[in-house]
Amino acid sequence: MKVIILGATSAIAQATARLYAAEGAELLLVGRQAERLAAIADDLRLRGAARADTAVRDLADSGDAAATFAGFVETLGGVDHVLLAYGILGDQKTAERDPALAERGFRVNFISSAGWTLAVAEALEQQRRGSLVVLGSVAGDRGRRANYIYGAAKAGLATLIEGIAHRWAGRGPRAVVVKPGPVITPMTEGFASRKGLMWAAPETVAAIVRRAADRGGPVVYAPWFWRWIMLIIRLLPASIFNRLDI
Amino acid sequence: MPSDDVLSWGRVLRARHAVARPQWRDELAALLAEGTEGGHGLLAIGLRRSYGDSGLNPDGAVVDMTALDRAIAFDPAKRLLRAEAGMSLDTVLKLLVPRGFFLPVTPGTRFVTLGGAIANDVHGKNHHRTGTFGRWVRRLGLLRSDGSSAELAPDDDSGLFASTIGGLGLTGVIAWAEVEVMPITSALMDVQTIPFGDLDEFFAIAAESDGTFDYTVAWIDCLATGSALGSGVFSRGNHAASGPLTIEKARQWPSLPIDLPRFVFNGATVRAFNALYHWNGRRKAGRATIPYGPFFYPLDAIGGWNRMYGKHGLYQYQSVVPPEAARDATRAMLVAIAAAGEGSFLAVLKTFGDKPSPGMLSFPMLGTTLALDFANRGASTLALMERLDAIVRESGGRLYPAKDGRIPPEMFRIGYPNWGNFSRHVDPGFSSSFWRRVGL
Repeated sequence: MKVIILGATSAIAQATARLYAAEGAELLLVGRQAERLAAIADDLRLRGAARADTAVRDLADSGDAAATFAGFVETLGGVDHVLLAYGILGDQKTAERDPALAERGFRVNFISSAGWTLAVAEALEQQRRGSLVVLGSVAGDRGRRANYIYGAAKAGLATLIEGIAHRWAGRGPRAVVVKPGPVITPMTEGFASRKGLMWAAPETVAAIVRRAADRGGPVVYAPWFWRWIMLIIRLLPASIFNRLDI
Repeated sequence: MPSDDVLSWGRVLRARHAVARPQWRDELAALLAEGTEGGHGLLAIGLRRSYGDSGLNPDGAVVDMTALDRAIAFDPAKRLLRAEAGMSLDTVLKLLVPRGFFLPVTPGTRFVTLGGAIANDVHGKNHHRTGTFGRWVRRLGLLRSDGSSAELAPDDDSGLFASTIGGLGLTGVIAWAEVEVMPITSALMDVQTIPFGDLDEFFAIAAESDGTFDYTVAWIDCLATGSALGSGVFSRGNHAASGPLTIEKARQWPSLPIDLPRFVFNGATVRAFNALYHWNGRRKAGRATIPYGPFFYPLDAIGGWNRMYGKHGLYQYQSVVPPEAARDATRAMLVAIAAAGEGSFLAVLKTFGDKPSPGMLSFPMLGTTLALDFANRGASTLALMERLDAIVRESGGRLYPAKDGRIPPEMFRIGYPNWGNFSRHVDPGFSSSFWRRVGL
């Protein structure tokens, strides 16, 4: 099993990488910070990974994504699974007034992610097999005042994946968007209370991400109950939705 | 983030902490600078298995190290494992056992971090053979509030290594550690279970076992009185010579999601439990080959077992007394407990060996250790522990800080004559509730 992780220092990516390592997978970890990637790679090798290589790259820049990704595949000697796990939450209130900040959110969470997604899709299409899993968010299911800039980007990414999954229907490769609810990670550091049923551990989401690469539909909620919560939220008429502080 | 839910395993003290949970070693320096500014300083914490207040820093800052749980390197030829300090011993064993290695020392739960095992210089059932955990630490990385970072080894003559081993986290943040591990040829344990009728029998079995068994420990029925005083079940074992090197999928009971109400824990249930334990000991008496999990970590099978003691929590009381005083002191303590009617579910008795502990504040010393837990019933529980204090002091013994939440400062200082020397190595930016009680 050969796995490329784009955004390997994210908490969910690290937890997922440990699951792959336990299977004896070969991994290529891509991210910005060389030292942190190396720390993860050392850990994964001792946890069973047959191989854990790193590639330093600021993924927010997806220029030459196709050639760069081909290079990743060459480094690893092939690819079976790709996980795209990077993203930034950003501060909604600030981003509303600061176009540069909003644009950075869109660039990281959608424009660059879409660039890599399309490049990966081409590569998997050509080899007629493999899985692409990207991390979306329940925030993308309906715009809410708390996080609609982040949500809009994640909605775009989810639509892109749904389209790729549709294009591949009945054929070899798989494309999946995993939409976690709130997860206890550095991204949500600073939220007032991260306890209770709504908050998931990265390890919980990782197990769902790992499974999604093998089977199931193109849209996976993590944990599963968010599918039904978000269905209700999407169905709420604006007259009710607008009165809710969610 | 401010948080009210940092509790120790005993759950007696409830206080507010500013909590940070770093994900990377490179974040520690900045957190240290920030966290040591406040009046109550900083303390690194792990999986919170210390019972009392040595792992708490009320109204101060704590750095939760549990996300720093990465393996760094393993050298099977030199038997050296290096990992970040937040890695649990559970994870360490998952890395080691399939490779044919084991922890040279393990406490009664595998849910402690490497950093915690060092800071409390923990011991196990094989103390008479291997000494404490700290004896196996070959190197560690320590960050101090002055911005310095040191790589310390046992040959360090500054005293910083010796004060960090068993130093209750007060000398700085242990960022990573390298420990020597030991080879095994099987993940199974050859175990013998022997019921005994009184303390003399215990000491006879212990003396006979220490030469031929790597692991020895006994459970004592502390409700027994009269001729049955000191009866219990002795357990001894060795790593099996052959068998698979596999991690057993631990049988896990559901965690206790809530604090049990007070009435559940009473004289009748303790009596019932002790009777059951006796019965089980007799039933299992003899030889068996079992996985390492149930041998070393019987309580780990019940997540959150501490909540059994209800919302007022529990006190642990672990003492060690020198060999010459062991019989009388142990007997006197059991008499005092039985008289108070404050039975303990799990009273554990073990003889420590003569391997010197490397830390200035290490608890283990040659002698006999008795570990007890008591539901927190307020004044009556504290009064019983004061009676036990008197027995321990008179015998020249001392108490284990990792278990303690109430020791009088004077008793701590008598038990740990090195405390003054130790205090010179305490990082001025670091503190804990325990240290503010006994050390300052």
